Amino acid sequence: MRYLVAFGRFWWNFIVGDDWTLALGVVVAVAVTAVAAHHGWGAAWFILPAAVLVLLTWSISRVRPPGPG
Amino acid sequence: MSNLLLFLAAFGASAVEMVEALTIVLAVAVTRGWRSAGWGVAAALTSLTVIVVVFGPALTRLPIDALRVVVGTVLLIFGLQWLRKAILRAGGLKALHDEEAIYQAEVADLQAASGDLSGTSGHDWYGFTVAFKGVFLEGLEVAFLVVTFGSTQHNVGLAALGAAAALVVVVAVGAVVHAPLSRVPENTLKFGVGVMLTTFGTFWSAEGAGVHWPGSEGAILGLLVAVAAAAFALVAATRRRVGAAGRGLALG
Repeated sequence: MRYLVAFGRFWWNFIVGDDWTLALGVVVAVAVTAVAAHHGWGAAWFILPAAVLVLLTWSISRVRPPGPG
Repeated sequence: MSNLLLFLAAFGASAVEMVEALTIVLAVAVTRGWRSAGWGVAAALTSLTVIVVVFGPALTRLPIDALRVVVGTVLLIFGLQWLRKAILRAGGLKALHDEEAIYQAEVADLQAASGDLSGTSGHDWYGFTVAFKGVFLEGLEVAFLVVTFGSTQHNVGLAALGAAAALVVVVAVGAVVHAPLSRVPENTLKFGVGVMLTTFGTFWSAEGAGVHWPGSEGAILGLLVAVAAAAFALVAATRRRVGAAGRGLALG
């Protein structure tokens, strides 16, 4: 059991890393892209790159520089 | 063009992981002996070969769209994670990866570990285990990247060639300098590979989800430029924030 937990933790740290909200945001953006593409929306290709840039900017901006104290 | 990017991404990502593995192996070899380190490396490489041979072909039998959406999403999450870390490091919000410091810490741990665990067999199991673990875990990451990258692009051979070239370069440099590769610009490599993984991950996952990219595969280049430009802009913005916080601290 201990090894299974360690194995799961390795893959979680390897793929998801420090900010799980990035992972969740990507999964949601891919799902929205799939729905838009299957409804024949021609500009569906734009959704994922836009989501990626917004998610990355948001994730970086939440890390605060060291403050006083 | 996409083949060149595939090769470069596999080479860069593999080189980063291999430098980390080499740091651990060198620390084991110097403190516990080359024999136990060598056996650990050999056992790890054998285990990795078995895993790739067993699971690799299974991936290529999946329907290409399902494969691209799943693997593309995983690569995109993984690439964004690398890129985020590289931006934070370049922007001054996170300490740079220091192979020399990691090497010294590893050596201290190995020296502190209960002297001789060789038992009656004369084999140093501690050194073996640390070398095995280091090479196996870093190697698993390389194998994951090669198999996923190669299978989505239908060119596992080229991705494997990129990883093999990285292995040759890292081992050759390691053999020459006989010390941790602290001068490898690891953050620059991670930044470049993060940009490429994010680009490929975006392209494949969207394509697997049913998107028709304008310009077909040519869209990869456009995505690459957009992701790189955004990453550089974020580094500049982060540096400004860190600078402003520093000035605030100095004034306060």
